[in-house]
Amino acid sequence: MTGILSLIVFSPLIGVAALVALKLLGQTGERADSAARWIALATTLTTLALSGLMLAQFDGSSAGFQFIEDFAAFSGIHYRMGVDGISVLFVVLTAFLMPICIAASWTSIKDRVGEYMIAFLLLEVLVIGVFTALDLILFYVFFEFSLVPMFLIIGIWGGKRRVYAAFKFFLYTLLGSVLMLAAILAMIGITGTSSIPELMTHKFDPMLQTWLWLAFFASFAVKMPMWPVHTWLPDAHVEAPTAGSVILAGILLKLGGYGFMRFSLPMFPQASEVWAPLVFGLSVIAIIYTSLVAFRQTDIKKLIAYSSVAHMGFVTMGIFSGNAVGEQGALYQMISHGVISGALFLCVGVVYDRMHTREIAFYGGLTQRMPWYAAVFLLFTMGNVGLPGTSGFVGEIMTMTGTYQASTWTALLAATGVILSAVYALSLYRRVMFGEISNPALAQINDLTWREVAIFLPLIVSTLFLGVYPASIFNITDASVQALVGAYRAATGG
Amino acid sequence: MFLTDLSLAYPEVILGVAALVLVVWGAFQGKSTAVFNGAAILALIVAAVVALTGPHGRAFHGGLIADAMSGFSKAFIYGFSAVAILLSDRWMARRGEAKFELAILVVLAALGMGVMVSAGDLISLYMGIELHSLALYVLAAFRRDDGKGSEAGLKYFVLGALSSGLLLYGASLIYGFAGSTQFPAIAEAVRNGADGGVLFGLVFLICGIAFKVSAAPFHMWTPDVYEGAPTPVVGFFAAAPKLAAMVLLARVLTEAFGTAVHQWQQVIVIIALLSIFVGAFAGLAQRNLKRLWAYSSIANIGYALLGLAAGGEAGTQSMLLFMILYMVDVTGFFACLCALERYGRPMETLDDMAGLVKERPGLALAITAFSLSALGLPPFAGFWAKFYVFKAAIGGGLIWPTVLGLLGSVVAAVYYLRLLRKMWFDAAPGPTDVPPLTARWIALICALFSFPVVLPALHWLEGLAQAAAAALA
Repeated sequence: MTGILSLIVFSPLIGVAALVALKLLGQTGERADSAARWIALATTLTTLALSGLMLAQFDGSSAGFQFIEDFAAFSGIHYRMGVDGISVLFVVLTAFLMPICIAASWTSIKDRVGEYMIAFLLLEVLVIGVFTALDLILFYVFFEFSLVPMFLIIGIWGGKRRVYAAFKFFLYTLLGSVLMLAAILAMIGITGTSSIPELMTHKFDPMLQTWLWLAFFASFAVKMPMWPVHTWLPDAHVEAPTAGSVILAGILLKLGGYGFMRFSLPMFPQASEVWAPLVFGLSVIAIIYTSLVAFRQTDIKKLIAYSSVAHMGFVTMGIFSGNAVGEQGALYQMISHGVISGALFLCVGVVYDRMHTREIAFYGGLTQRMPWYAAVFLLFTMGNVGLPGTSGFVGEIMTMTGTYQASTWTALLAATGVILSAVYALSLYRRVMFGEISNPALAQINDLTWREVAIFLPLIVSTLFLGVYPASIFNITDASVQALVGAYRAATGG
Repeated sequence: MFLTDLSLAYPEVILGVAALVLVVWGAFQGKSTAVFNGAAILALIVAAVVALTGPHGRAFHGGLIADAMSGFSKAFIYGFSAVAILLSDRWMARRGEAKFELAILVVLAALGMGVMVSAGDLISLYMGIELHSLALYVLAAFRRDDGKGSEAGLKYFVLGALSSGLLLYGASLIYGFAGSTQFPAIAEAVRNGADGGVLFGLVFLICGIAFKVSAAPFHMWTPDVYEGAPTPVVGFFAAAPKLAAMVLLARVLTEAFGTAVHQWQQVIVIIALLSIFVGAFAGLAQRNLKRLWAYSSIANIGYALLGLAAGGEAGTQSMLLFMILYMVDVTGFFACLCALERYGRPMETLDDMAGLVKERPGLALAITAFSLSALGLPPFAGFWAKFYVFKAAIGGGLIWPTVLGLLGSVVAAVYYLRLLRKMWFDAAPGPTDVPPLTARWIALICALFSFPVVLPALHWLEGLAQAAAAALA
């Protein structure tokens, strides 16, 4: 099965080529737009099928990298690809969310449809590339260039303050990642290799680790995002089109967590241990503070954006707990959050497409006109809160268990976040869904269409399936997580 | 003896003869034509091939060096000069200013630049610099009826004369204290570290060359000249002469002062960082694209200098690669500017670019590629250029300058993004004229080089640059 990773990563380019051909042929108008949508959907579904094929072939009992490809390029850089238990699920998650994003943009994007689809397909190439790259420079190329399609998606198809949000998004992330580039170059200079598997076993001097860790932290903390560098996220989410928000929350945020697990922990274990209290502190602040901020929001999307920051707090906490339960929980939380937050943004998109506002005060009593929508929204609200039986529960409980072993106080304080998330999520639900319809504009609002049902169905199924059968994830991640934790323990003497 | 010496100078001979023939031809013809410009381009290409394949050695008592470094640089210098003529040809003709002198001046400038990269002593160094500078002064003021053009030429000339004075003063001090104008003899004199007098001279020499590459704090002429000079000429200014001056600097610093690396390194680092930050911050205030790109070039020269400051073969190699990759970007960008007009007026401000992606998607994509490349975003050429420079700088122990340089690139990102924002996010104020074919093709080729051709191209560019850098050490 060698070569399947490149096939997955670059398969969206076929769709890009078809869309560019469509442009070059001078096709415009409604028929060309429709063709562009179908091309994009078919392409993303192909990628999904290929990634499913890869997952079926994946050997969960092996901790090492699989499906490895390796070609030497120039200057000691290699085109090196591979996945292990930590990255494979992100590949599948990306491939899973992409067709949903395309379908969600079916009617809401009317302007420059072809370019929009190209931007999404390129984004898919780059993000899957980030998760499969096993060479530092290759990783950086994918990681950094993924800013451009997202910049364009926010800036072209976004809301009123889209330019501000796009610039803020780009510059914040760029600032973080140039520091990472400096660290990458230093690592290559010291070890003479840019191979990630080799660097994972290289023992850096503890003093040096501190600097390298901080540089990588600057990049991933912005991406995650952690308090206090999270401020770009609410702006980006509010201005981005619905599908853009889904990708942002569902996948791009995970690049940060993935980076911590792929680089910070295995390559700089001593520094990770030294700085873990900092991460715990920031995580707790993120969980409590942004939950409170979320409660005060008047914009539905902004509320969910802040809740994302809070949920990512659980992830960072779990990662730096340094034990298997915490790591598993963090991974699980990332996958689950990818599905649930994506679904929540889609829920916002449903009413936004109808009413073109996201003000909470505008809505109220939607249960009366939209019972199916209310049911779907309820499920994902519960998932967000962490109700047992949904996937949200598993991640939260495991990260807290893991963190409890590493730092009792952190776990205790983080647990209040579970209550706070119930407060803001349920109050949002009450204000939007319950009561009488007081706003006459809502009198004629319609329930979910078949297209919307089709979009939500896979998300509902996966939320419930992961919630009742979490072993489906752990079977895949276990060996790699055990190896990661084993190496971390050995290096830190814990 | 004389004939063997001459065989090493064939590229210069070819260009010198070509320039003289063209003067006579042009005088009879009166104006430039496609055939006339074609002949100049042909001469440059022949000279480039000869330079690349010719024998190596030292001629005229060490005054002229032909080695891997000079061959490599000349090939690119002559090549980019040829592109400049190609770009100017139609552009000038459309404005009814198809004067034959332009091609001759470019050939003469190329001749001067060739002497610069081959210079083996302070005399030929000065001769090369003056020959190319005089040609460039005239080129800057080529549209003499244009107020801004004359201003550009005059400013360039006055400040250029000042810098030549500094350079000459520095050269004479070095000669006085080291006792020779030849680089190997100077190297011998400073073998145990340069003493005060030589160092004093060296600093003046560096200042003079810093002016030529428009490094801060000697950059003041750049925005005005870029704004006033004809657009294809600016594309020429921004590429080949910078490479020539950088190679010259590398040769002086490694061949003559290689043992005093710790004495000049700090000077170069300071100039580099100043350039990076001046270029980044001052660029933020620009609305005119030519001025904007002037500041961008100041910042980029800073990165090239940072690579040079790293010292050694890796440093020189990274500087060469940086310059080559940057030259392609900047040439491509100015080719785009040459191609873009609205109702017969050149589009030169940020606001002119609004909505370009709908009007001219090809050119807009090309400008996007050049901007992202100049920003240093992977996978474009500019990223690999910075990659080599920072790798060499970190390898040379310049960690903090590297971090500062990277932070500077984030500041500069704002103005490149502004350009992207105009082109992609805003609506167009009106249709653009049909762009001329040559400029479009040059832009397209440069954009394709920026990505993806750069990836396979680096395979052999890396080797060539390394051989060139090794020739200096």
